[in-house]
Amino acid sequence: MADKETLLELLYLMLKVRRVEECLLDVFAQGKIPGFIHVGIGQEAVAAGVCSCLKPDDFIFTTHRGHGQALAKGIELNRFMAEIYGRKDGFCKGKAGSMHVASKEAGVAGSNGIVGAGLPISLGTAFASQYRDENAVTVCFFGDGASNQGTFHESLNLAALWNLPVIFCCENNGWAQFTPQKVYMKLENISKRAESYGMAGVTVDGDDVIKVREEAEKAVSKARKGEGPTLLECKTHRWFGHYAGDPQKYRSPTEVESTREFDPIVKFEEFLLKSKFIDQAHVDTLEAKIKSEIQGAIDFAESSPIAGPEELFTDVYA
Amino acid sequence: MSETRYIRAIAEALNEEMARDENVFIIGEDVGGPGGAFSATKGLLEKYGERRIRDTPISESAIVGLAIGAAAQGLRPVVEIMFADFLTVCMDQIVNQMAKTRYMFGGMYKLPMVIRAPGGGGLNAGPQHSQCLESWFAHVPGMKVVMPATPYDAKGLLKSAIRDDDPVLVLENKALYGSKGEVPDEEYLVPIGKADVKKAGKDVTVVSASRMVHQALDAAKALSKDGIDIEVIDLRTISPLDKETIFDSVEKTSKLVVAHEAVKAFGIGAEIAALVGEEMLDYLDAPVLRVGAPFVPVPFNLESFYLPNSQDVVTAVKKVMEY
Ligand SMILES: Cc1ncc(C[n+]2csc(CCOP(=O)(O)OP(=O)(O)O)c2C)c(N)n1
Repeated sequence: MADKETLLELLYLMLKVRRVEECLLDVFAQGKIPGFIHVGIGQEAVAAGVCSCLKPDDFIFTTHRGHGQALAKGIELNRFMAEIYGRKDGFCKGKAGSMHVASKEAGVAGSNGIVGAGLPISLGTAFASQYRDENAVTVCFFGDGASNQGTFHESLNLAALWNLPVIFCCENNGWAQFTPQKVYMKLENISKRAESYGMAGVTVDGDDVIKVREEAEKAVSKARKGEGPTLLECKTHRWFGHYAGDPQKYRSPTEVESTREFDPIVKFEEFLLKSKFIDQAHVDTLEAKIKSEIQGAIDFAESSPIAGPEELFTDVYA
Repeated sequence: MSETRYIRAIAEALNEEMARDENVFIIGEDVGGPGGAFSATKGLLEKYGERRIRDTPISESAIVGLAIGAAAQGLRPVVEIMFADFLTVCMDQIVNQMAKTRYMFGGMYKLPMVIRAPGGGGLNAGPQHSQCLESWFAHVPGMKVVMPATPYDAKGLLKSAIRDDDPVLVLENKALYGSKGEVPDEEYLVPIGKADVKKAGKDVTVVSASRMVHQALDAAKALSKDGIDIEVIDLRTISPLDKETIFDSVEKTSKLVVAHEAVKAFGIGAEIAALVGEEMLDYLDAPVLRVGAPFVPVPFNLESFYLPNSQDVVTAVKKVMEY
């Protein structure tokens, strides 16, 4: 099992992701964020478990539900928040928003509003590492719904064939927008699809951060050693609707209620407390630290200007 | 100078750029041993090896996506899509990803990548292997679209495209692959975004591109017998469009015909006619006429009726001369 320092890092990452997204829901409801947002509350163990295995110069590709993945990879919070607010100091000058958050410094190589479109692009960063004989690995996150796109199948095939240093991480929350998994696929475990491409595939309890981290570590070290890609499926739960404000009429209230039983943070905190890795005071200090980080980020974002019309024409071409 | 075929000129450009820059690699179906469906990459595998010449599965989205990710990391991929018609299979990667990445992420990345694809008829290859789709792509901000008509331009434009920091779509024309032309022995580049006056003239401006440049030049010869002197502009680049060269010519001739192989409807001819109508109306002595293919798919064995030719250009020019 991971050492104490790593365990505490995992707790910090998960708590930070949860609190940031709770805050986003709140400010979104107040009408402060334009467009729409998708939160991944309940799915924090996947982002934290996987990204904690990565180095700063590794790459990740995130999804429309990608706040947690970007944060766990170490995206700077102030500029992240400013981007979601659509402000000039955002990583993408407010041109990207929540669905397209990216940061070159943090190795958040891109996120996508097109379901399944990140997979082919993730082949490219992995290819560049291999071409230059560098050691970086790429993790591409995507949902269970995305695994039915042609891009998924093309990408797995090519990655396996060329032995690319990439990990395909499926955050399987059982839902694709308003549709449950049983409606759109016959398989239960998506990881099974890996076999048909000659690739390692594994399914893990995505609400158990230690298990996610263990499997992610194996996959990352394999990729780093040049032993090729892995399809890592993390089964988790989507507590809220598809987008913020979605009343989830398509889901029974009992089912929605039951998702909370799987809370990855509560589970992990209980484990850490019970095994005396931490005490309640540690948790309280951590919460306070995160709260002040978030407040700082909100202040930063809200005081950052919205870009003027002169930004309309920049960055179309190099 | 030496006489070279259009396809050889492309092969020379690829070879020279690969020799010059270690970041350039080629990716596509059959590009290795066979040298691609039209032999543009023949010999490169032997010279540069499997690391830099990447034969792929038939997975156009994965190919283009891989190129995007690699380009974002500073490599310079050159993608071969076997027939331009197959660009439709990876439309998301081209239109939503490649063209938008730079803008969407606030300038975080440059994407120095090239997609080469042969379009056009002439081989009786049927409705799914013969289309001219340039106006689709010219309609999307964030990428550049070039269409060389001669071996000289094919080589010079491709070399510029490979060195360009933006994504460039190079639409070749398979009917031109076997055509010959002069290509300098020393290195040269043809700038992207600059049209070329292939023949100067005073009576009518004929704006053309790709294969239709040759049809327009043939038309010029035929028309000169009737004492009509047309100016033939080869756009070379569709996007960004070189308005200046077109406008300068229209200022001189006051009459404009636009000739392209793609269907006339919603094409680049419509765009140019509208631009000239909006900004040059006072200079025009006649309506702008368009020559293009009829609004039907490219038929397998009716190409001779379908493809616009020099006679169509002659007819259009004579019509504008009547005003
Ligand atoms: C190509 C495409 N089709 C449909 C959509 C609309 N859409 C956005 S998210 C989503 C569901 C995706 O489900 P999944 O991949 O499981 O991810 P999750 O939302 O569960 O995280 C859909 C259908 C889209 N953005 N892109």
